[in-house]
Amino acid sequence: MTNVRNGDQIVAESFLEVRAKLLEVAATLDRIDRACETAPLDEPAKSKRELLIEATKILLSDEPSRAEQLQQLFSRKYDTDWRQQLGITEA
Amino acid sequence: MDYIDPHIHMVSRTTDDYATLARMGCVAMSEPAFWAGYDRGSVDGFRDYFRQLTETEPARAAQYGIQHFTWLCINAKEAENVQLSRDVIAMIPEFLDKPNVLGIGEIGLNKNTKNEATIFLEHLDLAAEHGQSILIHTPHLEDKYQGTRMILDMLCDDKRLDRDRILVDHVEEHTIGEVLDRGFWGGMTLYPVTKCTPERAVDMIEQTGGERLLVNSAGDWGPSKPTAVPDLIFEMRRRGLSESLIRKVVYDNPLEFFSKSKQFNFTPRG
Repeated sequence: MTNVRNGDQIVAESFLEVRAKLLEVAATLDRIDRACETAPLDEPAKSKRELLIEATKILLSDEPSRAEQLQQLFSRKYDTDWRQQLGITEA
Repeated sequence: MDYIDPHIHMVSRTTDDYATLARMGCVAMSEPAFWAGYDRGSVDGFRDYFRQLTETEPARAAQYGIQHFTWLCINAKEAENVQLSRDVIAMIPEFLDKPNVLGIGEIGLNKNTKNEATIFLEHLDLAAEHGQSILIHTPHLEDKYQGTRMILDMLCDDKRLDRDRILVDHVEEHTIGEVLDRGFWGGMTLYPVTKCTPERAVDMIEQTGGERLLVNSAGDWGPSKPTAVPDLIFEMRRRGLSESLIRKVVYDNPLEFFSKSKQFNFTPRG
């Protein structure tokens, strides 16, 4: 780990930027919900909205790898049997 | 600071971009073969493209004091045409002795299909048979994790390959650990929306120490920023990280990785 700044510095430098990003997330969810008052989301859009809500829950956790957890949330799962499914022979 | 962009598609950029990159300290770059935005229809289309990569771009870069290197392949997006892919792979050796060719790339997966995996394996055969280094594209967004794991499975199965001569590109928070832990080089691509911001890339450098890590702009014909590597340098300086660590990631590491290619003949700025 080569981080040379302390937590106070990082908070001071990042606060306004993160505040702005959180506002964007909140405003986007509000925008989606306002649009849903006239027409509900179709299934694919509903799933994506649910993923976004799940993502916000990860942000609330105390774990140190939130970015990696978000990436996993937005990823297809790895299947160890992929070779068999695709018919690819192991070398 | 002098820097090297190890992944940038200059055939898609203007000459003004070469001038801007030179002014920002870019002294060398490598350009992997890439999808043109449409599927090419013939082997001759690829032959012309490889001439552009091995003749035209080095000359264009040299006008601005930048040394241009390249990697050859047919991109995963075009691998669904298996016969064309095989014809292109058979033609690539015509170009392997050109002075700026570093190896085979950017090969990999896109949607993680059977045909993509088949053509990826045939590119690995080509690289192994000709003793070439390899530059690998990993898929985008939701396909990245699964595709990266599939790629690592295939690479680790092939005992002919030297992991120290393979760069697995476009790593992010969920793939960087496995790539580095298994002994490969990792590349971070600075695409703010679909890949990595300079800030997140610097987070990963801080967490790993920057060992066997490269950073690139992957500037191309789509939304991308050819000067993204200087953005990363700026972010590292802003955080107070050492000049030696910055230089390691943007200059020393690319030099060390490229030096594993027999045709890498680089002249540092005097």
